[in-house]
Amino acid sequence: MKNKAEIVIIGGGVIGASIAYSLADKGMKDIVVLEKNYIASGSTGSCGAGIRQQWGTKMNCILSKKSMEIFENLNEILKVKRDIELKQGGYLLLAYSEKEFKQFKENIKLQNSIGIPSQLLTVKEAKEIVPQLNGEGIKGATYCPTDGHINPFRVNQAYVEAARRKSVQFYTYTSAQDIITQNNEIKSVVTDRGVIETNKVVNAAGGFSKEVSLMAGIDIPTKSERHQILVTEQVNPILKPMVMSFSYNIYCQQIPDGSFVMGYGDPDEQYSHNIKSSWQFLEEMAKKATYLLPFLKDIRVIRQWAGLYNITPDAQPILDASDELKGFFMAVGFSGHGFMIAPFTGVLMAEMILGEKLSMNIKLDLKRFEHDRLILEPSVV
Amino acid sequence: MVILMNEDKIVCRCEDITLKELRDMIADGYTRLDEIKRALRLGMGPCQGDICLEIAAREICRMTDKKMEDIKMPSKRPPVAGIKMSELVGDNQNEK
Repeated sequence: MKNKAEIVIIGGGVIGASIAYSLADKGMKDIVVLEKNYIASGSTGSCGAGIRQQWGTKMNCILSKKSMEIFENLNEILKVKRDIELKQGGYLLLAYSEKEFKQFKENIKLQNSIGIPSQLLTVKEAKEIVPQLNGEGIKGATYCPTDGHINPFRVNQAYVEAARRKSVQFYTYTSAQDIITQNNEIKSVVTDRGVIETNKVVNAAGGFSKEVSLMAGIDIPTKSERHQILVTEQVNPILKPMVMSFSYNIYCQQIPDGSFVMGYGDPDEQYSHNIKSSWQFLEEMAKKATYLLPFLKDIRVIRQWAGLYNITPDAQPILDASDELKGFFMAVGFSGHGFMIAPFTGVLMAEMILGEKLSMNIKLDLKRFEHDRLILEPSVV
Repeated sequence: MVILMNEDKIVCRCEDITLKELRDMIADGYTRLDEIKRALRLGMGPCQGDICLEIAAREICRMTDKKMEDIKMPSKRPPVAGIKMSELVGDNQNEK
């Protein structure tokens, strides 16, 4: 193992890999990525694989739109060996109250203003896209045809393989155990396989972002929370878009191989690192899903799993350089929507690390939580 | 050790993965079953890898000089067998 690096990125998920690739692409040398398990073993590999651009703040709209533009060309950009399985079947978002529908109308105006091709739909129009939809109680919907699905493992591995070709060193099954600092500067990262001298560290540790920050003596307000998912057997293509509702609390999509992937957020879930599956989830999920899409009754659930959301107080990520510790960067707290903005996040973080002007104005600093400058995103699960 | 020769042979029958695809993954440096499962969907179908994981483990051993006892099997996840959604919601009308 190397004992010196220009930068050490902690976390080999899609965020760490995307940052590593962007840094290498901009010419940085001696980049090391530490992954305590295998590539995509954490939140990236357990995510719902959905990608949407329908957000309620301009910043999230731009982050996701720019990321989608990269996703659409990622096979070519990264010269992938294995297709990333992009399916743009759209996202159909359902409103169950007049208030929610009013918010959707505002969102559509915002999204359209920056070129996201989303549209407002009546229930009748929504049923033209998803004829099997139970329209009961739905006040209206929005639809963006370019939203959809991508295979998170493939994307993560594609970033890793492309970064490796640019000489980035990935150490899997290698965990960071401490970050040694002196006079507010980073000296080295201690791993279970040796010490790496470096002045720069990126925290891209997903569900363990808080623990990694604490190694550097920096406390951040992120918490981890289990989110469960189930997948069904594969059937013929019958559902084009991701169907999702914030108020009814569900998302369900048929992925390219024909299986349905679905989940919801349990409001009673406690903060922890628990990623065990529960039977309660199966029952509740089946109730919710078969109410909304009754044809699912005849389809078999074949597997369930869980992963961690790493959540901040405003459910928006922290993309920042520490004020207290020179050379300590954070790309954490994605709150359940890290995968879909990973490509552009990598670009922005690389610019930040290299001291370049950022290609978009973001206010995702750590200090916002102290100063009560929370970002109020109305469209988050 | 038995060495399978026909590379067009399907090794994962749930996901239609051929021996060639499996061997390419291993040759690319994916030498753990958890990694291969995620990259290829091998073992992600209804049988959860009852047949293919054993074959994949053998191929890893053959191509990398690992021993079978060093190969870590991926987690078996619930449910053990497929369950219709209707059964989960207690609506068994469709089961007749």
